[in-house]
Amino acid sequence: MTEIVFYILAVAAVVSGIACIVQRNPVSAALWLVAAMFALAGIYVLLNAQFIGAIQVLVYAGAIMVLFLFVIMLLNLGREANDIRRWPALLAGVAIAAGIVAPLLALRLYSPTRLATEVSGSPVFGDPGTVLSQGAAAQRLAENQGVVGAIAGPLFQTYLVPFEVTSILLLVAAIGAVVLAKRRL
Amino acid sequence: MISILASMALQEPHTAEGLGAVGWIGLTILFPFLGFLLNGTLAFLRPNAKGAVSALGVGTVAASFGVAVLAFAQLLGGPPHQAIIVPLWEWIPAGKMQIVLSLQVDQLSLVMLLIVTGVGSLIHVFSIGYMRADPAYARYFAYLNLFVAFMLVLVLGANLPTLFIGWVGVGLCSYLLIGFWYGDKVNADAGKKAFIVNRIGDFGALIAMFLTWQALGTLSFTEIGARAPEVLQVGGATVTAITLLLFLGCAGKSAQIPLYTWLPDAMAGPTPVSALIHAATMVTAGVYLVVRTNVLFAMAPTSQLVVAGVGAATALFAATIGLRQYDIKKVLAYSTVSQLGYMFLAVGSGAYVAGIFHLATHAFFKALLFLGAGSVIHAMHHAYHATHSTEDAQDMRNMGGLGRHMPWTFGLMAIATLAIAGVPGLSGFFSKDEILALAFGRGEAAPVWFVFWGMGALAALLTAFYMARLMAMTFFGENRTGAPGQAHLHEAPWIMTGPLVVLGVLSLIGGLLNLPSFAPGPQHLLETWLEPVMAPAERFLKLELPHGATEMLLVGLAVTIALVGLAWGARSTLRRAILPAREAAEDRGIWKLLNRKWYVDELYQEFIVDPIVRLSRGILWKVVDQSIIDRAGVNGSAWIARQLGRIGSRLQTGEVGAYVIFFVIGAIWILYAVGR
Amino acid sequence: MLLGPSLALSAILFTIGVVGVVIRRNAIVLFMCIELMLNAVNLTFVALSQYHGLSGQIMVFFVMTVAAAEAAVGLAIILAVFRHRQSVDLEDINLLRG
Repeated sequence: MTEIVFYILAVAAVVSGIACIVQRNPVSAALWLVAAMFALAGIYVLLNAQFIGAIQVLVYAGAIMVLFLFVIMLLNLGREANDIRRWPALLAGVAIAAGIVAPLLALRLYSPTRLATEVSGSPVFGDPGTVLSQGAAAQRLAENQGVVGAIAGPLFQTYLVPFEVTSILLLVAAIGAVVLAKRRL
Repeated sequence: MISILASMALQEPHTAEGLGAVGWIGLTILFPFLGFLLNGTLAFLRPNAKGAVSALGVGTVAASFGVAVLAFAQLLGGPPHQAIIVPLWEWIPAGKMQIVLSLQVDQLSLVMLLIVTGVGSLIHVFSIGYMRADPAYARYFAYLNLFVAFMLVLVLGANLPTLFIGWVGVGLCSYLLIGFWYGDKVNADAGKKAFIVNRIGDFGALIAMFLTWQALGTLSFTEIGARAPEVLQVGGATVTAITLLLFLGCAGKSAQIPLYTWLPDAMAGPTPVSALIHAATMVTAGVYLVVRTNVLFAMAPTSQLVVAGVGAATALFAATIGLRQYDIKKVLAYSTVSQLGYMFLAVGSGAYVAGIFHLATHAFFKALLFLGAGSVIHAMHHAYHATHSTEDAQDMRNMGGLGRHMPWTFGLMAIATLAIAGVPGLSGFFSKDEILALAFGRGEAAPVWFVFWGMGALAALLTAFYMARLMAMTFFGENRTGAPGQAHLHEAPWIMTGPLVVLGVLSLIGGLLNLPSFAPGPQHLLETWLEPVMAPAERFLKLELPHGATEMLLVGLAVTIALVGLAWGARSTLRRAILPAREAAEDRGIWKLLNRKWYVDELYQEFIVDPIVRLSRGILWKVVDQSIIDRAGVNGSAWIARQLGRIGSRLQTGEVGAYVIFFVIGAIWILYAVGR
Repeated sequence: MLLGPSLALSAILFTIGVVGVVIRRNAIVLFMCIELMLNAVNLTFVALSQYHGLSGQIMVFFVMTVAAAEAAVGLAIILAVFRHRQSVDLEDINLLRG
């Protein structure tokens, strides 16, 4: 059952992505991107990352894309005549696409056991039995404390410093954006 | 530099104990070199301090002579069987080849040392008077001292590289001194010619050194003497090649055919320079080199033929040219070339002692002749200067009757003339006679030596002839200088005539050095003295002096030639009235050929010099240098760099979009590289 | 579960994003394609967090935050450029020539 839903959402994401990059109108492109993000949010929920799914909708689709739309409309960008670059760029694009997609598609063959075997080779883990134990432990945690609590724990304990630094980063970004966009300094 | 030289003098010699004067032999080089430095400084700072310059110039060389006499006295007491080597310092330590600059004190080097410093001192004294009025007085003495220093390095060198340093050094000083009055282009050209022709010879000497190193593994004379008989094959290609190339060097330095053309031109320098460098010392370096490497020459019969043949030919050829020259110095120059030919005839036939003997006697009488000519020219200059005349002071046609005005010079030059002609009793007779006798002696084995003897005898006749002609034109007959100038002709000051007297005495008694068997008194002194040095060669070449009747016949023939030549020369010159240079008729026919030196210089110019210049200008300069190196090489690589830069700068489009693409490509590349 | 397909989907979305970055002329749309690439990477993190523990999801958290900051600053720059050139066409932004 989950597989079918996954594939529907996957197709939706891919179609939205392709539509986004070929749309002439920037507003249309933005809206197609929003659609792709919704699809991805759904996939996150399917993958047991419910909190992330919610955050995706709230932050990405809700804040970032809205910001994009604000700026597009502020600049009053309409339909441009030629919004695709000249043929050298197209050629480069095709070449790059071919260059990356082939090896990356090999990733579809991954299965949990294969992942475990490969990862166990790394010095961090060592024992195949324990490799995926973290995932199971995370599951139990989520069941005990709820999805949000499971994330909040490590976030405010192990990853406290990056959390604080990120908040400073956001402050800097906000100030920077205001300064850069001012008409007169 | 001074500290090196001082340490050089103070170095403890390694191969003998308690050496006294011999150990300090480096001082003989140090003194004149210091003289050069100090006189050179004075030339810049105080060019008018003639007193100081004279004292330094003469004093240093005289001090060297003193050290030489002391060393000689010490060695007289107990002559060593082996040469004493005094190493100075290590010059080129290159793996197997360790070239050490060292000096060698043995009988031969002492003989040369005494000649160079002794005759050199006399010529320095003469120069004080001769160059008195010259503004570049200090520079002259500086160069002259430097020359003596280098010449001593040459004769005292214990190995080929040290000798070669002196060899090239004297070539340099020769250039500096020939072109001393470089304001006149003729003099500068003469200096250049001397240096360049010398270099051709030096090339041969250098190749010979390479071959010697390759064949024998050593460049030291004592070791060459020891190893060559074991390693090299008698008459083989190696030893012949080495000796012939060495002889090429000697031909350049000692003015033999075909590299003699620089010596007559070198007369452009001051006359004492001609006396010292081009008569007594530098040009004898070639003879010295052959005697030093006598083992090698004794092992190469072909080279002996070549050396003796070239020597005999040069002796005859130069004598013919001397017959018809009008410049007094040119006659003496060709005479020097001719006498050097005699020396090479000697060393070529294996008569090494005879060669050194003639070297010594020639130094005496030729220096005397040149210095005497210097006195004459000095007087003629004086006369022409007083009358503001522009006549040539060196042309013999403008002289005449000077015997009355300059009796001392006349008398001393007469002694020298008799010596060079080979009149019995004087030094030249004994030395020249010994050479011709030994050459004749080899004729028994190979008839070609009779031919060489014949050439030598004919050259002796011509020598007597042209020397008598010189004396007749200069000192006898009517004076052709012109009445106003005549009053100013007078004897040279004593500072100039003094050395002439000493040289005159030496020319008279110089024969005592090596009297032959038939003469009364101490016999074969030089031969006995030099025997240890010549011993290695005697294994391969033992010369027999003709005895008895043959010997007397040869001696009688030599005397006849000398007297006939002198008489004939005097008579044929004085028979007709001689016209002064400006009125004299042009020579014709054979006389013109002789006067123009057989057009050798012109032939060289046409067939050697001009083609080389054309090659250099047309091909080497225009094609190789300008087109290939400049245009293709230098400008070409600049052009390529510019083109590459132009292509490369196309990447800098300035468009952000292009940069984005590059960025993506780069990022993916890195991911690949890391992920692998 | 669904590890393989998730990774494959992530790869495809990433490629689409890269192609979009290369071929679009409008600077803002370029930015949107970059956001698409970031989303693909987030998917990878989430897919693997099933097995590696929650650090994957926390990583996504931070990525989103930084993406937001980046989007804000980037759009501000584009605004500034627009004021100068009156255009957000990439081919008009060509003054970086050295």
